[in-house]
Amino acid sequence: MTSHTPSALELDRRAYRRGRERRSVLVAIGSTLAFAAVVWVTVIATPGWAQVQETFFDPETAIAALPKVWAGFLVNLQVLAISVVTVAIAALLIAVLRTLRGPVFFPVRVLAAVYTDLFRGFPFIIVLYLVGFGLPTIVGQRIDVILLGVIAVTLTYSSYVAEVIRAGIEAVHPSQRLAARALGLGYVQTIRRVVLPQALRKMTPPLMNDFISMQKDVGLISILGAIDAIAAARSATALNYNFTPYVVAGILFVLLAIPSIRLADWYTARLREREQTGAIL
Amino acid sequence: MSAAAPALRAEGLWKSFGERAVLRGVSVELHAHRVVALIGASGSGKSTLLRCLGLLEPIDDGQIFLGDEDISDPRVDGNRVRARLGAVFQSYNLFPHLSVLDNVTLASRVVHRMPRKDAEARALALLERIGLASYAKVHPDRLSGGQQQRAAIVRAIVTDPEVLLLDEITSALDPELVGEVLELVRSLAADGATILMATHEMAFARDVADHVVFLDDGVIVEEGAPASVFGAPEHARTRAFLARVSG
Repeated sequence: MTSHTPSALELDRRAYRRGRERRSVLVAIGSTLAFAAVVWVTVIATPGWAQVQETFFDPETAIAALPKVWAGFLVNLQVLAISVVTVAIAALLIAVLRTLRGPVFFPVRVLAAVYTDLFRGFPFIIVLYLVGFGLPTIVGQRIDVILLGVIAVTLTYSSYVAEVIRAGIEAVHPSQRLAARALGLGYVQTIRRVVLPQALRKMTPPLMNDFISMQKDVGLISILGAIDAIAAARSATALNYNFTPYVVAGILFVLLAIPSIRLADWYTARLREREQTGAIL
Repeated sequence: MSAAAPALRAEGLWKSFGERAVLRGVSVELHAHRVVALIGASGSGKSTLLRCLGLLEPIDDGQIFLGDEDISDPRVDGNRVRARLGAVFQSYNLFPHLSVLDNVTLASRVVHRMPRKDAEARALALLERIGLASYAKVHPDRLSGGQQQRAAIVRAIVTDPEVLLLDEITSALDPELVGEVLELVRSLAADGATILMATHEMAFARDVADHVVFLDDGVIVEEGAPASVFGAPEHARTRAFLARVSG
C-alpha cells in the first residue's frame, strides 16, 4: 500500500505521538541528571569516597594483581570445564534412575531420591570440606585439588541438575508419550527419541541458571588450598590490605557469566522461533 | 460366522477410571478392509474404547483379539502389538522437535529397523500422494491443522498397520480444514484399509462406514448398517442422539 496517502486525521495522530515521544525523552534525560546529582552529593562528594576508591578500585593494585589472579582463574576454569561434563553425565543418570518404573528398580529409585534430597540440602561448603579434607584422609594420600573440586562440584550440582532434568521429562505432555507408544516405541526408545529431546529444550533456561551458579561456586575451591583466582586475590590482598584484587577476581567471574547469560537468552529465543512452544501439539 | 476371523475383535470390555465405569461390557468386531464408525455423545466411551483396543490403556475385564491372537493377555509384548496398529488422535500429537519426514519415518526406523533411506523413500511417496512432500523438511508447527492431521495419518499408515484407529481426528480442526482430512480417510478406505473410527461427522460416517456402532454411557445401544442406524434407528436413545447432532 505504498500509494496510500495518510488522512489528515492520521497525520494529526502521528504528530501527537511524536510530541509524546519527545516529551518522554526529555523526562528521561531530566530524571537521569537529577539522579546523577543525588549520587554525586551523597556518595562521590563525601570524604569517605576517596578511601573506598583506593581500597576497592585502585588501578595500580589491579594491574599488579592481574597476572596471578588470571593464572588462578585458569584453575577455576579447568574445574568448571571438567565438572560440566561430569555433572551432565551423573545428573542424567540420576534423573533416569528416578523415572524408571517397575518393582525391580524400587531400591534404585529410592537411592536416587535420597541422593538428590541430601545433596540439595547440604551447604556446598560442607561438601567441600568432606570431600576436600575427608577423602584424602580415607585414601591416605594427597589428591589433586582440581580432582577434589570436581568431585565436590559434581556431587552437589548433579543433584540440582538431575531435578531439572526430571522436571523437564515430566513437563513433556503425556500425549507425546501416548503417540510414541502408539507407534510401537518401547520405554527407552520413547524417552530417547521423543521425551528427552523435548525435555532438553524446556530445561535449557534452568540448566543455564545452574551453570551460571556453578561458574561462581568453582571459586570456593580456594578453601581447599587450590591456588585459584580467589586464593590469588587473597594473597595479593594480604600484602597491604587493599581489596582491589578481590574486585579483579570478581570482574573475571562476571565476564565469564555474561556470555552464558546472553547465550541462554539467544538460545531460548531461537527455540521459540523454531517451534511455537505454546501451540497445541 | 464368516470364514475369516475378524481383523480386530473385542469381547466384554470393562474399563473404569476410579469409580466411573466408562466401558461396561463392550463387544465389537472389525473385519479386514471394512470401516466401522463409532458414534455417540462426548463421554460415551468412544475414545476409551479405541485406546483400550490399541493397548494404550489397560482394561479391567474382557478380551481383545488381533487376528486370532489374544492381545489382552498380559504376557503379550504390548510394543510389538502396537507396532502392528496405527493410531491417529484428535490433537494430532506430532512430535514438535522432529521434521514432518522424521515424524513419519520414526517408527519405521526405530521400531521396524528399516534403513533410513528406504523409510524416507516410502514416507516421501506417501507424503507426495497427499501433497505434503514439500513440507517434509519443516517442523509440524509450520503446517495448518489439516496438514498436521494428514501428516499424522501418514505417520500411522506408513508401517502398513493391520488396523487403523482414528480417534475423532477432525474434532480439533477448523471447519474449512475438515474436508481435506476426511478426503484422505475416504481414499484410505477405498484402498482397502481396515479402519475403526470414532467420529462426530455423521454424514461422513453414513457415507464411508460399512457398519455403525452407537455407544451410549459405556454400552453399545445399537449397531448395524449406516442406512438402518441413521435411517431407521430402533432405540429411543439413538433417535434422541441423532436428533441432537443433526440439530
